Amino acid sequence: MNPLKHAFLGPVMRKEVRQIRRDTRSLIFMIFIPAFLLLVFGFALNFDVKHIPLAVVDLEGSRLSRELAEKFRTTEYFDVKATLDRTSAIDDLMAEEKIRAALVIPATFSEDLLAGRSPSVQFLLDGANAMSGTTAAGYAASILQSYSQRTTLEALERRGMGTVTLPLKTEVRVWYNPELQSARFLLPGLMAFILMVILTTSTAFSIVREKERGTMEQIAVSPLPASALIVGKLVPYVVISLASAHLVLALGWVLFGVGIEGNYLLLLLGMILFLISGLGQGILISAITKTQQVAFLLSVLTTILPTFILSGFVFPIRNMPAVIQVVTYFVPARYFLVVLRAVILKGAGLPAFWEQMLLLAAFAVSTLALSVVMLRRGGERRPRREGRAA
Amino acid sequence: MKAILSILWKEFLQLRRDPKLFPVIFISPILQLLLLGYAANLDVKNIPSVVCDMDRSAESRGLIDEFVNSGYFTVEARVERMDEIDRYLDNGDAAMAFVVPRGFGGDVAARRQASLMLIADGSESQSASIGVNYGTMIAAKHNQKIILETFERARGLGLKPVIVNAEVRVWYNPELRSRNFMVPGVLGLILMIMTTVLASIGIVREREAGTMEQLIVTPIRPYQLIIGKLLPFVLIGLVDATFVITVARGWFGIPVRGSVPLLFALCLAFMLNTLGFGLFISTISRTQQQAMLTSLFFIMPQIMLSGFVFPIENMPKFFQAVTMIVPLRYFFVIIRGIMLKGAGWHQLWHQAAALMVLGTIILTLSVARFQKKLD
Repeated sequence: MNPLKHAFLGPVMRKEVRQIRRDTRSLIFMIFIPAFLLLVFGFALNFDVKHIPLAVVDLEGSRLSRELAEKFRTTEYFDVKATLDRTSAIDDLMAEEKIRAALVIPATFSEDLLAGRSPSVQFLLDGANAMSGTTAAGYAASILQSYSQRTTLEALERRGMGTVTLPLKTEVRVWYNPELQSARFLLPGLMAFILMVILTTSTAFSIVREKERGTMEQIAVSPLPASALIVGKLVPYVVISLASAHLVLALGWVLFGVGIEGNYLLLLLGMILFLISGLGQGILISAITKTQQVAFLLSVLTTILPTFILSGFVFPIRNMPAVIQVVTYFVPARYFLVVLRAVILKGAGLPAFWEQMLLLAAFAVSTLALSVVMLRRGGERRPRREGRAA
Repeated sequence: MKAILSILWKEFLQLRRDPKLFPVIFISPILQLLLLGYAANLDVKNIPSVVCDMDRSAESRGLIDEFVNSGYFTVEARVERMDEIDRYLDNGDAAMAFVVPRGFGGDVAARRQASLMLIADGSESQSASIGVNYGTMIAAKHNQKIILETFERARGLGLKPVIVNAEVRVWYNPELRSRNFMVPGVLGLILMIMTTVLASIGIVREREAGTMEQLIVTPIRPYQLIIGKLLPFVLIGLVDATFVITVARGWFGIPVRGSVPLLFALCLAFMLNTLGFGLFISTISRTQQQAMLTSLFFIMPQIMLSGFVFPIENMPKFFQAVTMIVPLRYFFVIIRGIMLKGAGWHQLWHQAAALMVLGTIILTLSVARFQKKLD
């Protein structure tokens, strides 16, 4: 490191801080958007599929058919929104999304049941949303199964076979998140998501703004080295993002009881490495764009969707086609998410995720190095091109 | 009219000045579509699992085979003791574990209640809940099998087991492909992000560059300025919509069962909202950075509350009420309705009306604010 660089670091940082302070609303947004999102998401979002709007079409209207319909009425999985006497009305209700499923009990239901023939009921399903569709079909099947089982066992008991218990008992345990609380699950993903989006956009902005206003040329002709410019510009944003991340952690702890199970220092190290990759990406974007408009669109497009879709936050990576799985290796959030889940939720130690840490570090170093090279090249080329135009 | 045209022309010249803008506006939707189409897969299959069979009886092996053969789970490891499971779940090598305790086979044979344990990694909630669902369903089937066997033995009593069959019919998307849900959704996301962001910057940039004053002293009326400024974004939105629909149909083979003109007409109704919203942000922001962060601040919750990934009926009542003012919510019903369900006007007019009402409100509000700012 040359001494020149250190001499410049202070002034660049001070300038950046002053510029950030001038725009209070942006600063507030940078710090509080993540916390606000956690609040909304933690309370509002839920992956469980419950309260599926259902229509019941009872073509028989007997005691037994009503009993079966009652089974669907009393679970929290379905909300009976309509009771119909014709199947033809289902069509419109489904297209308007007033209902997502319909149970049709045939006119011969109790007759079949009493005669010992196995009756069939129809379960019509809106498959447009494949995930909730699959789950709804599963719920319906298990309600019908338990209905059949109970009827059968009652028949056995009546024949004097004594109380028959269910032969198998399934005990379900969910680790790391026993109540399947969405806040617990969302917290790590949200941290990654937010840090990446806020940081990349702000970095890209802070550099492109200089370009757009023409102050980049002034910097280019000054003796300021590119690396000092980058480090000086970035330190304030790293501090802001770290503050924002800690606010999310604190909120997760206070409101949703999500504490850090593992080692905080490892978490901090992971965060810093991840932040550096986000910064690097922001600088890369600023090196190839000229206007804030394009810089913003590019950073939103290269951060929101990949961290959301390609990181394993919402969609499991192992389900993706091989080509896309390869692409996910270039999404730093993928590694960060594993680290976050391991440290925050699972309380696992370094042996469980050292590979992810290493890859994250490699990613951080290489994006930063690449961005310094790109920015330096851009800075040198600029005055020459300008000269030709004049 | 001439004034509007000249503003329109100026906007296009300005948009063209940045050569990277058009590629970003037109190529990125297609890239996003491809990514989402291939990556956004919630069809949970092959959940990596650990099997801990402490009983090692014929009965326990039979049950475990049923889990393995279901296609939902793949066995990553077989372990002897419960504490060995920790490692696999901790580092994410497995997401589920099946534990059959000692004495399982004996209990079943003696017709005592035997127990089985399913452990799921809850840090990946939706895989966990789907995995648990599948797991309990398979266990329930096994239950049924044992009961039936009991019946076989009790045949002398002249009893028959009762089984109510579910005849499941899946409409609109018979193979239950997540892609058919995700790809139409991209149309809504792209339209919303592109038009809101572009519109939010449009006016702030004039103010930042100081050219707003120049526009004010020209004889152009405020409404002409607004129309001229917003029309290019309407065109961009329509072109993006065309791209997305073409790729969805041509590449992913997602049907458009309803009327395409109706879909485009309702895209316009949706853009009334997004552009109005962008304009509104533009009137409350001083710098481009502010405008963009503000749009991000509002866009994110809208995506989450629109029912795109997280079903609305699972939200608490308060948030369900909040979704009523999220235009994207209505637009998603429209897109899915027209593309997958072949729905027409008489089924979708509620949603369309909601879009028109919300759009008119936000647009009027922002035009009013804009005029005040001009004075």
